[in-house]
Amino acid sequence: MPMKPAEKRKLEDIALRIRESIIDTTLACGGSHLGGALSQTDILVALYYKYLKIDPKKPDWADRDRFILSKGHGGVGHAAILADLGFVDPKELKKFNKTGSPFGMHLDCLKVRGVDASTGSLGHGLGIGIGMAIGARLTGQKWRTYVVMGDGEQNAGPVWEAAQSAAHYKVTNMTSFIDRNKLCIDGEVEKIMGIEPLADKYAAFGWRTVEIDGHDFEQIGEAIEQSFAEKDKPFMIIANTCKGKGVDFMEDKAQWHYAGLDDETAKKALASLRKGHKNA
Amino acid sequence: MPKKPATPKGLTWTIDDADRMTSAEIYGEVLTKLGHEHKDLVALTADLAGSTKIGRFKKDHPDRFFNMGIAEINMVAVASGMAAAGLTPVLSTFAAFAALRAAEFVRTDICYQKRNVKIIATHSGTSFGQAGTTHHCTEDFAVMRAMPHMIVISPADMYETAKATIAAVETNGPVYIRIGRSFEPPVHKDMNFEFTIGKAIKLHEGTDVTVIATGRCVAGAVEAAEIAKEQGISVRVLDMHTIKPIDEAAIMEAVLDTRRIITVEDHNVFSGLGSAVADVIAASGKGCVLRKNGLQDEFSMVGYPDDLLHVYKMDADGIMEAIQAILKMDFEKDEDWEDEV
Repeated sequence: MPMKPAEKRKLEDIALRIRESIIDTTLACGGSHLGGALSQTDILVALYYKYLKIDPKKPDWADRDRFILSKGHGGVGHAAILADLGFVDPKELKKFNKTGSPFGMHLDCLKVRGVDASTGSLGHGLGIGIGMAIGARLTGQKWRTYVVMGDGEQNAGPVWEAAQSAAHYKVTNMTSFIDRNKLCIDGEVEKIMGIEPLADKYAAFGWRTVEIDGHDFEQIGEAIEQSFAEKDKPFMIIANTCKGKGVDFMEDKAQWHYAGLDDETAKKALASLRKGHKNA
Repeated sequence: MPKKPATPKGLTWTIDDADRMTSAEIYGEVLTKLGHEHKDLVALTADLAGSTKIGRFKKDHPDRFFNMGIAEINMVAVASGMAAAGLTPVLSTFAAFAALRAAEFVRTDICYQKRNVKIIATHSGTSFGQAGTTHHCTEDFAVMRAMPHMIVISPADMYETAKATIAAVETNGPVYIRIGRSFEPPVHKDMNFEFTIGKAIKLHEGTDVTVIATGRCVAGAVEAAEIAKEQGISVRVLDMHTIKPIDEAAIMEAVLDTRRIITVEDHNVFSGLGSAVADVIAASGKGCVLRKNGLQDEFSMVGYPDDLLHVYKMDADGIMEAIQAILKMDFEKDEDWEDEV
């Protein structure tokens, strides 16, 4: 179903709020994975505010949909959403990275309410997601599993072990994304270790793939709804994104993969986010 | 979510052919039977359904059996996800692949997240002798005992394997069971013995020396104790089937009663059973001498499994040698225990 303009505007407003929170947390905690947290935001906002069947009051609700941020370094952005929805107290975000805090750069599912798998080590999330999805299917549970990977993560061998098993076991109660922001820590993914032709690779592994603009809520929503209809192959959404999205001086720059912010820079970042906001 | 069946306590049925089955065949059989009681049990392997015997599960429970192909890492990740979905996955492959190839996934996806996954690692130590070092695994105790939440069990024979498998399924949380290629001689006569995770089994009473053995080395330890008895040496044998949590009480009793301890493991003597025992002794402040039989920080050679037991002094001959040597240690100048803490 096409997304209504009002709904799109609502999601864009939420995405701005989440990106602001990422900047605020980074300022408070000394440093975070800004670039990838900003690039993934629209995908996560679409999932958490439109598609995921979840209840912040019941984080362990057995019938909830499962969400795995396989690119676990986006934890600062995931936590911003969990706080915004009420899974965790927003004040807790100020403790990010502090000694003894439940929040580190990569979220721990035993410590942070609403996190379904502890990730951070790349190449794990897709396999875990497949296990969850097969588990749900085997036990007749109706919930769906969602996985978001990074594009640099595609270099990791376990991703492809998982990819072949999803096709083999026809895992169709799962929707997967690649946040294709084109940059990893050391620079451009294609220069460090090329992953193209990515869509063809997944297709060759037996997946249905679609490529979208990962910052366009209509396209994100359409792709997710397409994945619901797919009953034969696992479904991969390659979401073309911009690392550092929304902060003009961070966009498409690898040095903002992980960085700290001082008051001045944080202020500039927030101003840039608001200036670029479509519904301002 | 299907209702979880009531957990049966202890063995609710008998393994009729236990004396004619190898350890691997036994756990395959036991798991299959448990699968009828526990509808949440699922079995996974990585193209080793036949070699590990977990394939037996498939016959009775085809829709709960998953061959993941030669992709152990993904098998571990998938098992973690299945556990998160409420299932109890039991995965089986060779120890070298479960404990080494997939180690980081076992740590991050199973132990760190406290997932209820059981790993049955076969062909451990040097038990797959002719296959050579790539298929031996003399490092898995070290790796697995360093992982918080992990229980590490090393059964001595097929009867213990059966009991360990049942205990693992009835215990919530990660468990690593390490068995050999399954040609170990039996240590027990039948299933009539107590098996509790973390509690050593005293197989031979003695007051001069204690041999603490695990896995396929236990049979040699019992044999050595019998030989020693004929020579007038009183040897206690502890079957330390659980490496973690280690039975500290049994170790301390041995320290106080015999002061001379020999550990025997089909594993590198670094960071395995011997090191776990040494940790307990050192922390106690009690005087004791310890010898660790096993691989002395070297890669194992190719050979027949029984020959390798002999080469690495894990059989009765090697253990007797250690008993003779340790008895020559002189404690006479300091028999006063009270000053040692």
